[in-house]
Amino acid sequence: MTQPASVDPARTPAAPGPAPGAAPGGPSRAPRGFRADVRTLSLLGVLAVLIAVGGITEPDAFLDTGNLQLVLTQASIIGVVTVGMTFVITSGGIDLSVGAIVALASVWATTVATQEYGFTGILFTAVAVGLGCGLVNGVLIAYGGLVPFIATLAMLASARGLALQITDGRTQMVTVDSVLELGVKDSYVLGVPPLVLVFAAVVAIGWLLLNRTTFGRRTLAVGGNAEAARLAGIDIRRHRLLLYLLSGLCCGIAAFLLVVLSGSGQNTNGNLYELDAIAAAIIGGTLLSGGRGTVTGSVLGVLIFTTITNIFALNNLESAVQQIAKGAIIVAAVLVQHRTLRGGGDT
Amino acid sequence: MPEPTVPSRRGILFGTAAVSAGALLTACTSNDPKEAKDAADDRAAPVADDTPGRPVTIGFAGPQADHGWLNAINDNARSRAKKYSDVTLEITEGSNDTAAQIGQVQTLINKKVDVLVVLPADGKALTQVGLQAMRAGIPVVNLDRIFASPQAYRCWIGGDNYGMGLNAGRYIGERLKDTPDAKVVELAGVDSLELTRQRTQGFDDALKNYPNITKVARQAADFTVESGQAKTAQLLQAESDFHALWNHDDDQGVGALRAIAQAGRKDFLMVGGAGARSAMDAIKADDSVLKATVLYPPTMAASAIDIARALAQDKGIGGLSEQEIPASITLYSAVVTKDNVDRYLPTGFR
Repeated sequence: MTQPASVDPARTPAAPGPAPGAAPGGPSRAPRGFRADVRTLSLLGVLAVLIAVGGITEPDAFLDTGNLQLVLTQASIIGVVTVGMTFVITSGGIDLSVGAIVALASVWATTVATQEYGFTGILFTAVAVGLGCGLVNGVLIAYGGLVPFIATLAMLASARGLALQITDGRTQMVTVDSVLELGVKDSYVLGVPPLVLVFAAVVAIGWLLLNRTTFGRRTLAVGGNAEAARLAGIDIRRHRLLLYLLSGLCCGIAAFLLVVLSGSGQNTNGNLYELDAIAAAIIGGTLLSGGRGTVTGSVLGVLIFTTITNIFALNNLESAVQQIAKGAIIVAAVLVQHRTLRGGGDT
Repeated sequence: MPEPTVPSRRGILFGTAAVSAGALLTACTSNDPKEAKDAADDRAAPVADDTPGRPVTIGFAGPQADHGWLNAINDNARSRAKKYSDVTLEITEGSNDTAAQIGQVQTLINKKVDVLVVLPADGKALTQVGLQAMRAGIPVVNLDRIFASPQAYRCWIGGDNYGMGLNAGRYIGERLKDTPDAKVVELAGVDSLELTRQRTQGFDDALKNYPNITKVARQAADFTVESGQAKTAQLLQAESDFHALWNHDDDQGVGALRAIAQAGRKDFLMVGGAGARSAMDAIKADDSVLKATVLYPPTMAASAIDIARALAQDKGIGGLSEQEIPASITLYSAVVTKDNVDRYLPTGFR
């Protein structure tokens, strides 16, 4: 596919995926590419400030290895969802159903029947349900002509309803040891929890997909100007379908991780994931109107959120104060970004 | 009048039949002393038991059962109603939306059910519709979340949130009274709910009796397994050394226990809340940090059906001298430990 010119500015030549700490490489496409780096840098700055706050307020607990593992583990599940969401938003769409899909996939994967097939049964079911929901979303949007907001809102309602029906309001406990073991300390690979490894892999694949493949360029093109993309020969419908499938797949993976972490399936799982994922992607620099998206930024957005929550908990803040402060920090992070970018001469 | 105090089947049957016709219409105004006297024949009112009486239709409106305890509430109401051959249960679909629930209660009023049992998603918001029902001559049994006005219900039955905290605090206090500088942490429920504040208040008040104990941290979760796991993992990270943890809710406790197992911590004791089957099983097995749970019994829904039936049939409660069903019944929040768990196991909800 040749659709380069209108797409390139949105590309992020930052360091690849899971290592946000690595310094961004030399801006090869200055000044446009440089601006994208400024965005990443400003996010890293926010994260650095947070880490400093954590280190100062709770020096012993915050900078502890166990705490680092905890922050990354807690970022994993919502992080995987956010990677899928980044693609959807980049293409100019939205997926409000991610939390509900996580719930449905997790309860379906933990039904007694599914657990009979052990580890693979649970994993396969979670992923299949995620893909199935993504398929329905995609078909409704791409071929049914529904607005993404409406189609995924409908999926939100029905998937949650189905999850409630399956569980009958009960918590379904996992009895498969091989699944449970994946969440405990013994399973850490060189100190890294398996959940975090999965998260890192999803981020790496997501970054490559968005920045180094035709699929990624098409996503940006569809989000930037769908009509132009169509004229350029992109099968927009098929591409949209694939995007919602991708988001569904991410939800399925996240659901499996959640089952591992909580050792259960519950219809309340994934509550408000849609808002967290959208917020993280937007803070990360993905345009809600489409045409620009960055996996690195989204990951930083998730890490910022998780770190805030962690610092609040370590300092034993009340939940009301936590919510107020979280809102304030979201606004501050976005304002800082805009300021920085305007300084760089962005439109 | 018959001899209602003689607990023979015939007597009770006759008494019920004779009394019900007139008394029922005025059941909600039965604090009228003359009425009560007539009905009771200056002795105690007939005592409610399993003997079939006048057919009663009970309208039941509860919130959406999206977690274990509420689910158990519905189960308890249903199975209790099924036990009585004279009771028909008109049950509406659960809803957490105030407007929707008001509509459902109004539908039940229009259907002219004999008694209403209402567990409101929000007690204050449902007060008006409770008043409507009472004005329409339908006595309301208000279950758990209390209406803002006593005029809106004939009888309130519910759990003791303050008592939960109090008893959890007492149990932990007794266990730690010989531990110098003991530290406890609290995993609260949904902080926007009044019941959460009451539970915390009770807990704090109980701990005041033990000057050697300090509460070093409190975090609120969302009553879900996911939030329980996440918040507990944080608490364990934040507090490397403490002696006891009180968790407000056994559903989120599933997540809490998971986080504790994942962190490999065993150096403290944990007390749960509500009385889930999984928690009781863990207490019985005695292989985790969970040593007790304070009850918030879902059997209150079964009792609410009993009360509703007794109200409609104008009977009293066995073993009490009262001529009438009391205006309010607060359940006791018992502490379930390994020693008494077998007694409570059947009430444990899944």
